[in-house]
Amino acid sequence: MSAPLLTVGGLQAWYGRAHILDGIALTVNRGEVVALMGRNGAGKTTTLKAIMGLVERRAATLRFDGRDLSALPAHRVARLGVGYVPEDRRIFADLTVEENLEVGRQPPRPGAPAWTPEKLFALFPNLAEMRGRRGTRMSGGEQQMLTLARTLMGNPSLLLLDEPSEGLAPLIVRQMAEAVRRLKAEGLSVLLSEQSLSFASAVADRACVIETGRLRWTGTMAELMADDGVRTAYLAV
Amino acid sequence: MSFLLVQALSGLATAATLFLVSSGLTIVFGVTRIVNFAHGSFYMVGAYAGWSLIERFGATPAGFWGSVAAAALAMGVLGAAMEIGLLRRLYRSPELFQLLGTFGVVLVVQDLTAWAWGPEDLLGRRAPGLKGSIDILDQPFPLYDLVLIGLGPLVLGLLWLLFNRTRWGTLVRAATQDREMTSALGVDPARLFTGVLFLGCALAGLGGALQVPREAVTLQMDMAIVVEAFVVVVVGGMGSLTGAFLASLLIGQLQAFGILVFPQITLVIVFLFMAVVLVLRPHGLLGRAEEVPPTAPAAVTVPLSAGRHAGLWALALLAVLAAAPLAVGDYALILLTEVVILALFAASLHLLIGLGGLVSFGHAAWFGLGAYGSALLVKHLGAPMPLALAGAPVLAGLGALVAGWFCVRRSGLYFAMLTLAFAQIVWSVAFQWYAVTGGDNGILGVWPSGWAAGKAAYYWLTLALCGGALGLLRRAAFAPFGYALRAGRDSGLRAESVGIDVRRFQWMAFVLAGSAAGLAGGLYAFAKGSVFPTLLAVPQSVDALVMVLMGGLQTVAGPLAGAAVFHLLESEVMSLTDWWRLVLGLIVVALVLVFPKGIVGFLSGLRSSFNGRRA
Repeated sequence: MSAPLLTVGGLQAWYGRAHILDGIALTVNRGEVVALMGRNGAGKTTTLKAIMGLVERRAATLRFDGRDLSALPAHRVARLGVGYVPEDRRIFADLTVEENLEVGRQPPRPGAPAWTPEKLFALFPNLAEMRGRRGTRMSGGEQQMLTLARTLMGNPSLLLLDEPSEGLAPLIVRQMAEAVRRLKAEGLSVLLSEQSLSFASAVADRACVIETGRLRWTGTMAELMADDGVRTAYLAV
Repeated sequence: MSFLLVQALSGLATAATLFLVSSGLTIVFGVTRIVNFAHGSFYMVGAYAGWSLIERFGATPAGFWGSVAAAALAMGVLGAAMEIGLLRRLYRSPELFQLLGTFGVVLVVQDLTAWAWGPEDLLGRRAPGLKGSIDILDQPFPLYDLVLIGLGPLVLGLLWLLFNRTRWGTLVRAATQDREMTSALGVDPARLFTGVLFLGCALAGLGGALQVPREAVTLQMDMAIVVEAFVVVVVGGMGSLTGAFLASLLIGQLQAFGILVFPQITLVIVFLFMAVVLVLRPHGLLGRAEEVPPTAPAAVTVPLSAGRHAGLWALALLAVLAAAPLAVGDYALILLTEVVILALFAASLHLLIGLGGLVSFGHAAWFGLGAYGSALLVKHLGAPMPLALAGAPVLAGLGALVAGWFCVRRSGLYFAMLTLAFAQIVWSVAFQWYAVTGGDNGILGVWPSGWAAGKAAYYWLTLALCGGALGLLRRAAFAPFGYALRAGRDSGLRAESVGIDVRRFQWMAFVLAGSAAGLAGGLYAFAKGSVFPTLLAVPQSVDALVMVLMGGLQTVAGPLAGAAVFHLLESEVMSLTDWWRLVLGLIVVALVLVFPKGIVGFLSGLRSSFNGRRA
């Protein structure tokens, strides 16, 4: 088996003086979907932001596709092919759907699927009907689709997907899960943070469970589903 | 009728220039959230550079327009250099630092321009092929102005295309809304911002170079235009291009017709217009409510500490100061008198900034109003000194009462702009109302009463009054009034929800600070024997900010130390050189970049790290 696409070891992160992550370690292999699980405030979002370079971070190992990310700012990480989809969507509300996609556009990358607006409109038919619409006039689900599509325009080989199912209607959640499976089929690797066990089990191959900034458990999704102890200790609310 | 038409047209020509300059300012603000005080400097240097090029190459139309374009591009390059060298380090700083840092650039550029082109006003060549005028309803109108009128909408159209039809423009608009997300999508925000500064400053330079055939190129162009451009940007809505265009048109007409109706107060009309617009439409004509929170908390994260034995230290200092006339000569006493006065001035501003989080950029208004109040009472009513001194804080307090009502309605940058506007109103009254204030010549012969005429006597009087006022300010800081102010500063919403009427407390603080500054101003007038409009001008406000910043925002003693150091620097170091603006500008930039906590903050930082190591 080839080296993992993403290797994280001893990851520390801070918000100002608050020490949020204390030694997170995880790997994502090529073509794999890994779920980062944990309760509210466990550090899932911060883990993704730290990989991306959006919070102050330090890591023993932070390698992506053979390159060291630990000293790179966010835009350089993104240019290497890491796509980040934030949980709070953060679409550019003053820009139209097409303009939002344009902001995310990067040149095609070998070893990663190449996206065009047309291909993305095929993946998310709702968006196709509102190309000229501004972000302010979209529902939460449409915004979530647009955020994902916008990041895909950068032709990433790894997707960091933060809480993709949060706050969405059940129908939209199913569409989102379907989209993630399609992306995996296209050859994308995905690291997603998730609180919903059902969503994670629908899309992920493996899971990493974190609590209070530390890694607590890691294994396949099937193992997690079978392990009541871990679920009660770290996931049950 | 035809006369009115020509007047309207010349208003349009003014508007075109105003729009070129303010569009650059508003673009830079929209993206970087920095109000670039140095924007007017690019306009001025653009005019000087344009003048030189036009003198050399401007005999043919191609040479003329090529010169204008080259001047604009050169200003763009300088703007990009400023972004890389200075602004980039200030994006996360409080607004105060951004305003001051860019004002430091203003000072530096003024001296460098004087050094390069000399102090004389320069008259430029007229544009080849456009020297004449055409008759509009039998009234002559300059052809060149007609071209300018066309240029305004043309530039607006081009900018619209740039921002809405190019990838670069789309990226800039995205970064305006969410810098972090844009960088997470692979866009280097630093390069984008450098480009924006290039564009904004090139527009300022273009506006400047286009003025060469119309009016003399002078060293005063920078402040004059930047203050007007502030008004345009604030009236139009900060960050809105169309708003800036609309506001330029309105203000151009206001000036063209205002000069017919009220020739004495043309400057006032513009600022009054701005104040009215802001009260009716708080975000300007086409501006929108801020979705993004202000870039950084106004000033302070460390709580203001009373300090152990602060009272004892203050008394000891007072005793030493009171004993000073026994030990030092007249010159030192004059200097000390001024330091004590400026300490009160700085402390009154510190009350607003440090406690209230209200960055006033026009605090000189109240200092100058106090000074003029005293001087006018002496000159026109023959009032004795005690009465004239008593009048100073009253007049300044009344002025602050009116202005404060407007200003505390807004916070952050809008507050700073409003205070600036009011200071400019007061300044222009003093400057233009010749019959009463003597205009530029000021008012002379404001001397103390006989019993206070001696240097030592006046010094003791100053010390007593300023000491008393400082004690009062300090008491206010640690009274419930001060706590309420700080609550409003740290979280207005939470303070409101526990029942504090934040706006009311801010208004009270504004009046208190204004009165204290007014007292300082009155004392200053008698110390100097004269008053001039410069006491009310922007540089005087900036001096106060520099003193506060030098001392450090987080300490009560800061403004006092800042005033002392600043005044000694000013009178002992800067008076030795003709290039004091350059020196002061560099000091300001260094303060903002290297010692953001000021002298007292820096020293106590040293002390605590020393103690920390020992422990």
